[in-house]
Amino acid sequence: MIKRSFFALTKPRMAYKAIEMTPPEPKKISTPKQATLFLNEPYTPFDQKKSVQFKKGDPVKTGQKLSLYEDSDAYVISSVTGIISAVSPFLGDFGRSYTAISIDVAENEEIDEQFSALVKEPTMETVKNWLAFIPGNLPSVIFSPDQLSTPIDTIVICGVDQDLLITTSQHAVVKESKAIKRGVKILKQASGIDNIIMASSAHLMQDAGLSGAEVRVVDSVYPASLPHLMMRDLLGRVVPAGKSCEDLGVTFISAEAVASLGKAFNDNQIPVYKCFTVIKKDGTSALVSARIGTPISDIFATFDITVNEKDRIILGGPMTGSSIYSENHPIQPDTDAIMIQDQKDLALVSDYPCINCGECIPVCPAKIQVNMLVRFLEAGKYQEAADEYDLYSCIECGLCSFVCVSRMPILQYIKLAKYELGRINTAEETNV
Amino acid sequence: MFEQKKFTVSHAPFWHNGSSVSARSYNIILAALPAVLFGFFTYGMPAVGVVALSVSSAIVWELAFNKISKRPFSIGDGNAAMIGLLFAMLLPATSPWWLVITGTFVAVIVGKQIYGGIGGNPFNPVLVGLAILTLSWKDFFDFNEVLVNYDLSYPMAYPLASLKHFGVFAISNLKPAALLVGQQSGGIGAIFGLGLIIGGIYLIIRGYIRWEISLSFLAGVCVTALLFNMADPTKYAGPVFHLLTGYTLIGAFFIATEDSSSPVNFIPMLIYGAGAGIMTILIRNIGFYVDGVVFAILIANLINPLVDKIRPKALGKVV
Repeated sequence: MIKRSFFALTKPRMAYKAIEMTPPEPKKISTPKQATLFLNEPYTPFDQKKSVQFKKGDPVKTGQKLSLYEDSDAYVISSVTGIISAVSPFLGDFGRSYTAISIDVAENEEIDEQFSALVKEPTMETVKNWLAFIPGNLPSVIFSPDQLSTPIDTIVICGVDQDLLITTSQHAVVKESKAIKRGVKILKQASGIDNIIMASSAHLMQDAGLSGAEVRVVDSVYPASLPHLMMRDLLGRVVPAGKSCEDLGVTFISAEAVASLGKAFNDNQIPVYKCFTVIKKDGTSALVSARIGTPISDIFATFDITVNEKDRIILGGPMTGSSIYSENHPIQPDTDAIMIQDQKDLALVSDYPCINCGECIPVCPAKIQVNMLVRFLEAGKYQEAADEYDLYSCIECGLCSFVCVSRMPILQYIKLAKYELGRINTAEETNV
Repeated sequence: MFEQKKFTVSHAPFWHNGSSVSARSYNIILAALPAVLFGFFTYGMPAVGVVALSVSSAIVWELAFNKISKRPFSIGDGNAAMIGLLFAMLLPATSPWWLVITGTFVAVIVGKQIYGGIGGNPFNPVLVGLAILTLSWKDFFDFNEVLVNYDLSYPMAYPLASLKHFGVFAISNLKPAALLVGQQSGGIGAIFGLGLIIGGIYLIIRGYIRWEISLSFLAGVCVTALLFNMADPTKYAGPVFHLLTGYTLIGAFFIATEDSSSPVNFIPMLIYGAGAGIMTILIRNIGFYVDGVVFAILIANLINPLVDKIRPKALGKVV
């Protein structure tokens, strides 16, 4: 944990971790005994009159596409060969529902052939139907442009990592430059978008340049690589409060996803290995490559990390990640890091009120009056917070909670308020 | 899924810089210690008694209010102790026990707790206590009267009172260097300018107070005093005298910078500090009271919510 420095006249500077110029190969985790995949569609077979396309006991091959119903868009690509052992609902953060599909892995791997038949011509249709689940995760907006008010005209490839201590995207930039180059070509060809920008840290500019995309340099101090700040600093466009980057026609894709896209067409098969950073209890980190769906406990076992009661397991980095409650949680296509904190290192929140110390004001990259905002949020006055104190300007970097003297869970309040307001607004719209 | 380990699940961010309310309070107490210890050496056991009673009674009042209002005990954060200490620093060493206890009652209960405790008070609790006591029993705050039995090696007339009643001539023999090292009469912790400055610089570099407020307060005092002095040097004292006497330095570093009652944005902090500084000199030079710091900062506390609306435009804000 980064502590407050003795001299605290200036605001904290937290630099992103920079990857070595010749990083070691990621440690490969062996195929797990059981893999779990999260399909982004609620599992409600009893409400629907439709029949589920797969069931317990069905065999699956590596690279096989699984979708819940005949006509649903959401699908997962099986990362292993085996037999489906369970299909169950799974509830994620903020009430998002998924269908969890567990697969018991068989000894011999078989590759599904359907994708390789389509690989000759990289069209958007192929990408949409087969590659939404590749390691790194492709944002869905690029395959369904007709659903947007503004068409996407710019794609930013993130060669920088979103959070501290992570080197996953940087690793893709350094090691997978050929695949990224192919991926950029495919993206241009399939989407018809020519304006593709590579966001990279200064020390990886040369590697980033190999991709064939226009390279722009991102500052090395957190939170410069969050999408809203990259919009402002790299593209010179400020996202209006409450809008997303997609509303302005810009989407962000991780460098790893672009590399996976290139690899899929290079190797005629859908990549299933996800690269990510493991941040250990002592703060050191290592790159790992594992099949999507591998339970996290396998990774801890490989690194001899002892996991005790009351420790904290985090998907993502220390500032923006989300903690999980089970060791059996699988690696997902967008898992960039796994972090584990020992019980004694946990930074816990308190129920103290804001003492108006003003520490959050200079650190806020969005220049929000956090001290006032949090008073409204604590009282549950979300609409007032949004109207008067810029709730929707927040880019969710977490720096206010990091420096808070009262240790208030400010970021949690903000996310809760946005979620609750969103729910109220949706309810009002559907009532009309 | 059976016999699963239970992990700690909470919301991002998962790091914290380790700061806390108690560290803040105790560091402010630490920074005040040089001035307090000097007060002990100057005024002896009566000063020790006042400080000890003030700190302890402030803590007891806070505890009692926690108990009555059925709130969690908040004395561990050190804020009540800090209020007690700062309050005692402003008092004369010979203050009677009931004055101290009444003062801390007003400061902790009326000044802070009735607004919901730490962070909710619109005025500086220490000043609320002191202002009410000054208005109620003004004789106990006439330093010339209450410190009459002290005979130290330097003039024991309260400098600001001399200035007010006898003009610049009466203070012409006071050397700035002597004032800086505490050779003057005044509050227990307010006379040792050097110690207050050292404590203030410590707090500024550790980031426990906002330097903008301290510096703009001092600048406000200096500039206004200088303007008065230039207008009529025979009637108004110079800026150095005003800086080193009365509550100016303790006000700049320990009182005006109280978190809850001061602004947090850059320009509002400058307005707040400078406003309090200007008011101080206005009260001292043309007002009724001998020292203006207490009321000047209370007035600045009043304008705090208003000036703090001057704020930068948030990212992506559409007006």
